[in-house]
Amino acid sequence: MKFRVFAAFVAPSLLLMLLFIAAPLVSVLWQSFHVTQVEFETVETEVCTPGFITQTCQTETRTRPVLDEDGKMVSTTSFVGLGSYRKLLEPDRFVRALGDLNWRGVMVIDFWKALRFTLAFTLFTLPLVVGMGLLIALAVNSAAKSIRGQIIFVSLLPFIITPVIGAISIRWLFVGDGILTALLEWILETDIAVLANPWSLEFLMMFYRVWHVAPFAFVVFYAGLQTVNNDAIESAVIDGASRFERLRYVVIPHIMPLIVFVALIHLMDAYRAFEEIIGFSSQAHLISLQWLTYDLLTPDDSGNRAISRASASAMLTMIGIVVILVPLLGKTWRDHKAGSI
Amino acid sequence: MRKYIYALAGGALMLGAGGAWGGCAFDNTVPLKSLTAGFEAWKAVTGAMSECGNVEAELDQEFRTKQPAAFAANPALYQIGGVSNGTFTPLYDAKTIRPLDDLVAKYGGQLKPNQLITLDGQVWAVAMMVNAQHLMYRSDILSDLGIAAPTNYDEVLAAAQAIQDAGVVDYPLGGTYKAGWNLAQEFVNAYFGHGGDFVDADNMPTVNNQMGMDTLALMKALSAYMDPEYLASDSTYVQQQFQQGKIAMANLWASRAAAMDDANESQVVGKVTMAAAPMGPAESASTLWWDGIVLAANMSDEEADAAFRVAMEGIDSEMVMANNDAAVWLIDGYVPGMSAAGAAATAADGARPYPSATWMGLMHTALGNGIAAYLTGEKDAATTLADIEAAYTQAAQEAGLL
Repeated sequence: MKFRVFAAFVAPSLLLMLLFIAAPLVSVLWQSFHVTQVEFETVETEVCTPGFITQTCQTETRTRPVLDEDGKMVSTTSFVGLGSYRKLLEPDRFVRALGDLNWRGVMVIDFWKALRFTLAFTLFTLPLVVGMGLLIALAVNSAAKSIRGQIIFVSLLPFIITPVIGAISIRWLFVGDGILTALLEWILETDIAVLANPWSLEFLMMFYRVWHVAPFAFVVFYAGLQTVNNDAIESAVIDGASRFERLRYVVIPHIMPLIVFVALIHLMDAYRAFEEIIGFSSQAHLISLQWLTYDLLTPDDSGNRAISRASASAMLTMIGIVVILVPLLGKTWRDHKAGSI
Repeated sequence: MRKYIYALAGGALMLGAGGAWGGCAFDNTVPLKSLTAGFEAWKAVTGAMSECGNVEAELDQEFRTKQPAAFAANPALYQIGGVSNGTFTPLYDAKTIRPLDDLVAKYGGQLKPNQLITLDGQVWAVAMMVNAQHLMYRSDILSDLGIAAPTNYDEVLAAAQAIQDAGVVDYPLGGTYKAGWNLAQEFVNAYFGHGGDFVDADNMPTVNNQMGMDTLALMKALSAYMDPEYLASDSTYVQQQFQQGKIAMANLWASRAAAMDDANESQVVGKVTMAAAPMGPAESASTLWWDGIVLAANMSDEEADAAFRVAMEGIDSEMVMANNDAAVWLIDGYVPGMSAAGAAATAADGARPYPSATWMGLMHTALGNGIAAYLTGEKDAATTLADIEAAYTQAAQEAGLL
């Protein structure tokens, strides 16, 4: 293909990527190094608010933002370097706690607590998603042709549900005396409070994620299984390969690129875990990095929000995703080079 | 076809809203939009406003995150806003809402002075209702066990122990202890009850003291009598626990009181008594809230005129008569029923108004994120309070307040 033709095809997509991915990223990066402060003044104000029967009026000292002639708040933006990152990571406290080998001391810092959960969540669910996906795909592939359509449809259902809605539905099964909690209590004859323990919450959240994402892995693997060369399988059978050996030496190597693909997508998605925190309202016990960014970005009742720290948190999340993807991307790159020679 | 169905649904909605009460005194021709919270009282008020025609009401519990930006736009995206003393601050500080004195003089004859939110001699909002968290208890259980209605937290704890020993309900206490805003609000109530103040004259935090420690200790003591999942339980959850007879006492919002006697939902109709919020060691452990209406600054005077008239129709006596128990109304025609007794008694005990100030938003967030770690045992009280002060200071410095 001529370069001009290639450029003409790629240009629109490049332009959109610059506009919607690169530009916001640069803006977030910039904001993470800067803090915008509003200028405040203190004034004596008489404030009257309703009591139940009569009005209560009192003079109070009110701190309020200074407005310019246009009615805009006067604000100054200053460069703070890595200040926002330092506030998030609390390196001094972190190092001190590490030095004392005090794990709890590390876990009381929001960022590290979130990182611990996010990493555990991502790395525990990864093999389960890939394994479950492969199992379902193999099962469907060997099911009778007449019922495959129905099985595929049912297996896909969890993936179709909007993540937050799915999480909330599962929460309802367990919260308080939800159906499943009641059932467990009846079987075990003890009082169970699933949402009150960090470990049971964490287990439930991982279970939910696997339930939700495994169908995606299944569909991808199932498509890959259709392309497995039947001659190779037959030769393996003639050579006396068992079912497991056929899977291990013929099928899996064949769909390996798909496994890497599913793993990549899952790592990226799971590292941004968020719906589970909201759905299971776990923020008292467990928080994720994405939730931390969201929380910093949410304005409080007085309209304040920590944009700079939220930007820093978002950048750190992105760096984390890149780091976690490096091994897999490296493998893909090596395979690609080996293939092209 | 789809359009037709929407039109039908819309028509049915309007009919439903219109059927309940008399209608609007004038025919509104100016297109108006309102953004308010979504609880029962706002449904009633925006329903009454819609009858005037050309009013598009948006009811959204996340209104607080939308309102500041939507009102700062020029022209404003909504002409009418619903606020409370917590969410009033950013709009007032940015002056994206307009003073209402002229309009009150022109169309607000029926308003009581008590309804006018006045700062520096100008009216900025018209309040329609007050709200407070106060004690609700199962009078049948307490009288069966021979316990007098608790008036302070020592008595609440003693009563909770007695109810626990008797084993008549799943959990003696309910609490709106969901981590975040709700949990912080419970701390605010109890800390005021201990006589504390959150900041000093220079907006520096003042929670890391004995009163703060006592407040945390009290919250932990109370939580021992609650459903173990208390850190995930919000007002709706506590209301349902009450309605299903699972709890015997809770400090719950006055706006939830009427639901206890709603025979469609509640199994404890007539058994829940409303009382004043328990007293802390120093004063009433509750805060007074108001909800009311503001008008955007960025709109024409004609629009403001129409918006105010519509708003007055929304909070008139007719609406109150049709929805008497939906809230503790400040409007003429309201008959304080049994459900208002708790809020009235709490106000009479001298509960402080929830502070409308920039620092309060920052403090509320710091508390909401910080307290759970103490209740779960991750941090001790001193570390918790020191971290809350540090989080507040950090956020306040970033905002420019310190």
